[in-house]
Amino acid sequence: MCESCGCNHKHDTLIRRPDTVDPAPHTAHNHVHGDGHGHDHEHEHGHGRKILVEQAILSKNDQLAGQNRRQFQARGVIALNLVSSPGSGKTTLLEQTLKILKTEMPLAVIEGDQQTMHDAERIEAVGVPAIQINTGSGCHLDADMISRAVQQLPVAERSLLFIENVGNLVCPALFDLGEECKVVILSVTEGEDKPQKYPYMFQAAQIAVITKTDLLPYVDFDISRAKSLALHVNPDLRIFELSAKTGLGMAAWLDWLRSLRA
Amino acid sequence: MLYRLRKDFLLPNKSAIVKSMHEMSLAMSIVEIASNAARSQGGKIINHVEVEVGSLAGVMEEALSFCFAAAAQDSIAAGATLKIIPVAAKARCADCGEIQPIDSFFDNCPRCQGHQLEIIQGRELHVLSIIVDE
Repeated sequence: MCESCGCNHKHDTLIRRPDTVDPAPHTAHNHVHGDGHGHDHEHEHGHGRKILVEQAILSKNDQLAGQNRRQFQARGVIALNLVSSPGSGKTTLLEQTLKILKTEMPLAVIEGDQQTMHDAERIEAVGVPAIQINTGSGCHLDADMISRAVQQLPVAERSLLFIENVGNLVCPALFDLGEECKVVILSVTEGEDKPQKYPYMFQAAQIAVITKTDLLPYVDFDISRAKSLALHVNPDLRIFELSAKTGLGMAAWLDWLRSLRA
Repeated sequence: MLYRLRKDFLLPNKSAIVKSMHEMSLAMSIVEIASNAARSQGGKIINHVEVEVGSLAGVMEEALSFCFAAAAQDSIAAGATLKIIPVAAKARCADCGEIQPIDSFFDNCPRCQGHQLEIIQGRELHVLSIIVDE
C-alpha cells in the first residue's frame, strides 16, 4: 500500500466513463517513508521473534469482493464476470446481448482492458451505461477496482451488471469481484484444448459460452471435444454455443440471463 | 526436436513482467499482511515470511519468490526471506467417496477412475508466520 496517498500502488489504473476528459496523470511520487532505515539484512532468519499470522493472502480482495456482493444483493443487482482470452468476441457478444435485453431490464457494463476506451465506447453506443477500467500493466481486475467503478457508474436497482475482465485466462481466475458467477468465453477460432491448457479458469467458472460458431465450417475446432474437456475439468459447467453475428444459439443464452432476473 | 523453455527463462527480465502477473498482486498482499502483523506486535523489521501455497492455487513458486523480493523493497520486509510451503492437492471422488491425492484438475479418481472430483485441499494461499526483530 502506498502510504503517501493510500492509492494502493495503482497509479496506472484509470477508471473513466466514455466522453470524459483524460484525468491529469497521477504522477509517481517519491515514497519517502518515515522509517528510512537503510537496513541491509543478509542475516539468517533463525533469529528474531516468530509471530503467527495465518491470514489468507487474498483476504483483502475477498473482503472487498464480499462488500461488493452485499452491496449488489441489497440493490438487487446481479453481476457476471466475463473472462476469456483476448479476441474471443466478448464485446461483440455483449453488444448483441445488450441490444436485445435493454428493453427488458436495466443493464450496466464495466469494461476492463490494459489500455483504450474502445470497449466502453462500443457499449455506450448501444445505449447502455458503461465505464472503462484501464489496468495499465495490470493483468486482471480486482474487487477494489470494481467498488471504485460502481461509485462512478449509474447502476440502476435490479440491473444485470456485466463485468468484462481483462482478456487473460490465467490471473482473473483468482480474483473474486463480488460476482454472481464467472462466465468463461471460448471462440471456435481458438484451440479446443483451452480448457485443458487453462484449467483454473474453467474450474472457477459456472458458465461457458462457445462463440463464433458461424465459423465452424472453416476451422478445425472440434466442438464436442472442447465441451468434453471443459466438463472433465468442471463437471458442473453449463455450456452455451452461439454466434453473436448470426444470432444462432443466442436464444438459450438470453433465456438464461432472463432467468437470473426472474 | 522439441524444445522447452525453462520455467525461469523469463525471470531476469524484471521490468517487463514484474507487474503483469497475478503473483505480483499476491506478493504485494503478502508484504502488506506481514507488515501489518509485525507492526501490530511491535516488530520493526521482518526477517522471514512463511506462506503456504496449494498445488492447485494457480501460483508459480519461482514467480512468487521473485515478485516478493520486488514487492518488499521500501517496506519493513525488504530483504526478508520467503519460505513457500507447498500443500499437496487432495480430492474426494463423488462416485466412490475415496479421498486421494491428485496432481491436476484433470486427474481421474485413482481408485475408480471417476472424474467427478471435489477438491478438498490444494487451493491454500496463506501467510502462516513471520519472524521479526523488535
